[in-house]
Amino acid sequence: MNDSSLDSDERAAASYPGARLPDRRRTVKSFGVDLCVSEWGDERAPVIFCSHGGFDFTGTFDVFAPLLAAGGYRVVVWDQRGHGDSGHAPLYSWDADVRDLLTALDSTTREPAILLGHSKGGSISTYAIQAAPHRVRAFVNIDGMPSHRPPPDVADHERTKLLATELSGWLDHRRAAGDKVRRADTLGGLAERRARQNPRLSKAWLRYLVTRGARKDADGWRWKIDPVLRPGGFGPWRATWSMARLASLPVPLLGLLATESEPMGWETRASEVKPYLPRLASLPVPLLGLLATESEPMGWETRASEVKPYLPRRAEVVEMKGVGHFIHIEQPERTAKLVLDFLRNLA
Amino acid sequence: MKTIRLKHARIELALHELRAGDGRALLLLHGLGERSPREVPAYAAAWSGPVFAVDFTGHGESSLTSGGGYSAEVLMGDADCALRHLGRATLLGRGLGAYIALLIAGARPTLVRGAILCDGLGLAGGGAEAATPSLVYPNPHAVASPDPFALVELARDVRPPDYATAFWRQANELSGLERPIAVCCAERPDWLEAVLKESELRVTTVEDAVAEYARVA
Repeated sequence: MNDSSLDSDERAAASYPGARLPDRRRTVKSFGVDLCVSEWGDERAPVIFCSHGGFDFTGTFDVFAPLLAAGGYRVVVWDQRGHGDSGHAPLYSWDADVRDLLTALDSTTREPAILLGHSKGGSISTYAIQAAPHRVRAFVNIDGMPSHRPPPDVADHERTKLLATELSGWLDHRRAAGDKVRRADTLGGLAERRARQNPRLSKAWLRYLVTRGARKDADGWRWKIDPVLRPGGFGPWRATWSMARLASLPVPLLGLLATESEPMGWETRASEVKPYLPRLASLPVPLLGLLATESEPMGWETRASEVKPYLPRRAEVVEMKGVGHFIHIEQPERTAKLVLDFLRNLA
Repeated sequence: MKTIRLKHARIELALHELRAGDGRALLLLHGLGERSPREVPAYAAAWSGPVFAVDFTGHGESSLTSGGGYSAEVLMGDADCALRHLGRATLLGRGLGAYIALLIAGARPTLVRGAILCDGLGLAGGGAEAATPSLVYPNPHAVASPDPFALVELARDVRPPDYATAFWRQANELSGLERPIAVCCAERPDWLEAVLKESELRVTTVEDAVAEYARVA
């Protein structure tokens, strides 16, 4: 962000207690798409390689990442295609995101790394670990475990209507998406919009996040995220496939689950994950599960008591009271401590 | 042959007019790795109206993209952009194009006046369920259309039977047509078998299907 274009109020928003811009930034080409890769901490330290959630960006790690770096790690966060400071791509897909993840990881280290992912970042990390297990030595999944949303219990004709609306809405968006730009607003206006999905963040923290996830144009502030991207409510992927494979994860796993219900929440419940957990008991490595307890629209709602019977002997499960889906953004200090303790115990 | 350039998000699509004429168009959707034919194929010769064919993203004269990210849903958007130009049309899809024809028939049930599903490359896609997680990288030496990412990604695009039947149901309930799709395939991947079972459609010939939809209002 060019400081000269900011007024004094906006300049004040660009600093926040504990937040630190990355120590290093670089651009990596993933088959023609520019990916922005940011780093905090000693370049020779062991790597924690972080993937943000859908519609999020690296700046959301500006408090959390320095805390991990202070624990003796090289913390790397990459912006997914179309997100943050990475390039807007012609096409977007799951396969493309997983390939981009490996490209960014290749550019960082060839040694087995610790992966950390939030929400969608947790999901693509899970898939990347299953596809390339030799590249990973431990995994921290922050509310990105498979989600099992049953279809709404409605009559057939109602379901037809819902799907018709979803499909035509998506196609109408695609028809016009090439010329779309995100709506310009004030810095405060964007902070208020973000507050809808992060109801417990302070105003100052929300305003700081705007300075990192948005840019100031001549007509106002707009999020950097590619306007072509639109959350879709349909597609061929079935959550049960991811769920069933959870049991096959070959590395130590720290799973953090939020319990606050939020608009962007995944709402995974322990009872849904439970049938797939028994094989976790065979994991030959320590596992720490962190669970949040606040109910939010973006929350997953897994409870520790339901998971505990299915965890390996050396596992630890922590319920995080009062935390929603964006665990590391909402409580960076507490989350960093849990992650660092988990990693220390691996040694 | 006249070619019209259409915009689909950031992609430029080539829509070819194979035969001019009045009335509802027949829109051809090619198979995986193919491109639109230059002339009206013999099996569509009986269609009395205009005949068009669209090159899917990454194929023929449409945009070659960078970094991959192909899906059947994006290609459904390609077909929809052709419909934005043509209005109501009857579709004839080969292989991958047959699957896309089913999707768009369900998603735009009042614009698609019959979808004819034929054998061709890419009919099965990546099967009914997700395979073992793996990373796919395309041929690094490929230099031209079709985009090598399109070839690898659309060949492993998973096609659950209940997903396909959901689109069939949309077409069946919202198109007002007695038979919104016609199946002319010898190959029967799981998704197509499921559609045939639920719809109780009988397999027909391309020529008969073309003649049938020519009579539909």
